[in-house]
Amino acid sequence: MKILSIESSCDETAVAVIEDGRHILANQVYTQIAIHRKYGGVVPEIASRNHVMKMPFVVQDALDEAHLDFQDIDAIAVTKGPGLVGALLVGVSEAKALAYALDKPLIGVNHIEGHIAANYLAFPELEPPFLALVVSGGHTNLVIVKDYGLNVILGRTRDDAAGEAFDKVARVLGYPYPGGPAIDKAAQTGDEHAVEFPRAMLEDGSYDFSFSGLKSAVLNEINHNKMKGIDFRKEDIAASFQAAVLDVLTDKTVRCAEENHVKKIVLAGGVSANKGLRKRMSQVGKKHGWQLYYPPLSLCTDNAAMIGARAYYDYQLGRTSDWHLNAMPGLELPGVVK
Amino acid sequence: MKLLMIDTSTIVATAAVVDENRLIAETIVNYKKKHSEKMLPAIDHLFQDSGMKLSDMDAFGVVNGPGSFTGLRIGMATAKGFAQALEKPIVTVSTLESLAYNACVYPHYICPVIDAQRGQVYTALYRFEGNTTNSILTSYLSEGVYGIDTLIEEIKAKNEKEEPVLFLGDGLKKHGRQLSEISPKIQLMPAYFAMNRASSAAAAGYQKLSKGETVNYFQAGLNYLRKSSAEEQMEKKQGKIDG
Ligand SMILES: Nc1ncnc2c1ncn2[C@@H]1O[C@H](COP(=O)(O)OP(=O)(O)OP(=O)(O)O)[C@@H](O)[C@H]1O
Ligand SMILES: [Mg+2]
Repeated sequence: MKILSIESSCDETAVAVIEDGRHILANQVYTQIAIHRKYGGVVPEIASRNHVMKMPFVVQDALDEAHLDFQDIDAIAVTKGPGLVGALLVGVSEAKALAYALDKPLIGVNHIEGHIAANYLAFPELEPPFLALVVSGGHTNLVIVKDYGLNVILGRTRDDAAGEAFDKVARVLGYPYPGGPAIDKAAQTGDEHAVEFPRAMLEDGSYDFSFSGLKSAVLNEINHNKMKGIDFRKEDIAASFQAAVLDVLTDKTVRCAEENHVKKIVLAGGVSANKGLRKRMSQVGKKHGWQLYYPPLSLCTDNAAMIGARAYYDYQLGRTSDWHLNAMPGLELPGVVK
Repeated sequence: MKLLMIDTSTIVATAAVVDENRLIAETIVNYKKKHSEKMLPAIDHLFQDSGMKLSDMDAFGVVNGPGSFTGLRIGMATAKGFAQALEKPIVTVSTLESLAYNACVYPHYICPVIDAQRGQVYTALYRFEGNTTNSILTSYLSEGVYGIDTLIEEIKAKNEKEEPVLFLGDGLKKHGRQLSEISPKIQLMPAYFAMNRASSAAAAGYQKLSKGETVNYFQAGLNYLRKSSAEEQMEKKQGKIDG
């Protein structure tokens, strides 16, 4: 089954063609990063304006890359949420129109489930159950994916998401948007012991996260240094901040895996592109005998391939959408909350 | 030739199918916005009720601004999706021209006003000229965002003889009273006929289609008439630095 999938939840205009949830026939991403950079972050109205003009080109590029026509496509999928409402609406409206005109099923996909499904594309042998650590721009979750259709959500962030913390710290350090990759790079040459930042573990046994305290501590440190005229290396702050985030993420993932007797661990979302996180998780994974999975860099941040992968399983589960499908900006990861 | 026209530029969600001399079917919902949810099901009903199919259309029309930014994109993305899937051309019609077509036999000035917030309206000034079989919409004030006071000044200047002027559009709710005080010959269109209708847009669109004034689904663009507020602020800042 060939699914043409559309993603427009933030500042990437993306279209892919995915076969049976596992094979990438096309994966086109038009990123608007350069357009938004001068504003220091994504401007929703500008993102939406670009989506609506770019979309037909990206659709055509995806078909060309796959050497297919619309007639060869079996279903149309689209990110229905979460994300920026105006941006989502472009993809949703376009997908609905394509599906209606082509008389094909329409599948509205949850973007966070999409991030997890990015791993299905890279690892044909990967099947649930597994434990997923989702670390993206807006979300941080520890979730047991019991089956393609059932998530058990064990942890979530109580304030900032991991990626959000990276972006905010980067902004204060003066790195260009998006900040995550810049911090990642700077951290490689910085001293992670330069500053001892707090690690918010929360109450005993909790798998929830909180990154706002850490973020404030970093901002205070920078302000303090600036006010007192103390010299500091940005790289050291970046490395110390990143180390604190990674400590919390790995610690909680290890505990969660042990308590739930899971050895299959999956990383997902934009922050799973982080070199430090990949390295640390690999080390910890070796120690605990994990099978560890994380997507190739191109599938970590937003793309439509992951939406097409997830859509296949939604389709198998009968979770298709009707012509009323709407954008759902505040959508959560579906599942049972524990 | 058959044309499906879509208009989600204002609170009205409306679509119509027309051919040369006939309005075949029309849907109008002037109640709560949810265009993204309602427009496609309404179009689906329109086709089911009339026994036609989307693929029977020769072109897709869309009202391309000004209006609600999000609403405009819902309509445009829908039209582009249809056109791309079926390899058909797109016809775009201005929201303001479409409103003027609500009054297409009115012989004097027509001034559509769409609420643009901040005391401003999206507006233009038109007149249908020529004879009844071939009447042409002529523009006397180009489309733009105008403060309501500026618009009133413009109209007074253009209309020294104090001919009748007909106002219509959703801007009447806020500004109708003030506009009606311009002169005794001002007319405000009754609410039922002052709002967007896809059939009016289709009337304008069909003329364009017959003349081959179409665009493809890559080119079809929106006329927001206003930049995003982030761009406006950036320009203000830049202006301060440069000037
Ligand atoms: N190498 C990296 N190290 C750390 N963070 C990174 C790296 N690369 C990307 N990120 C972060 O990942 C986030 C973007 O990821 P993603 O595209 O998944 O987020 P999003 O789509 O904006 O949010 P969500 O998926 O939660 O709706 C940004 O916060 C970015 O800074
Ligand atoms: Mg994302």
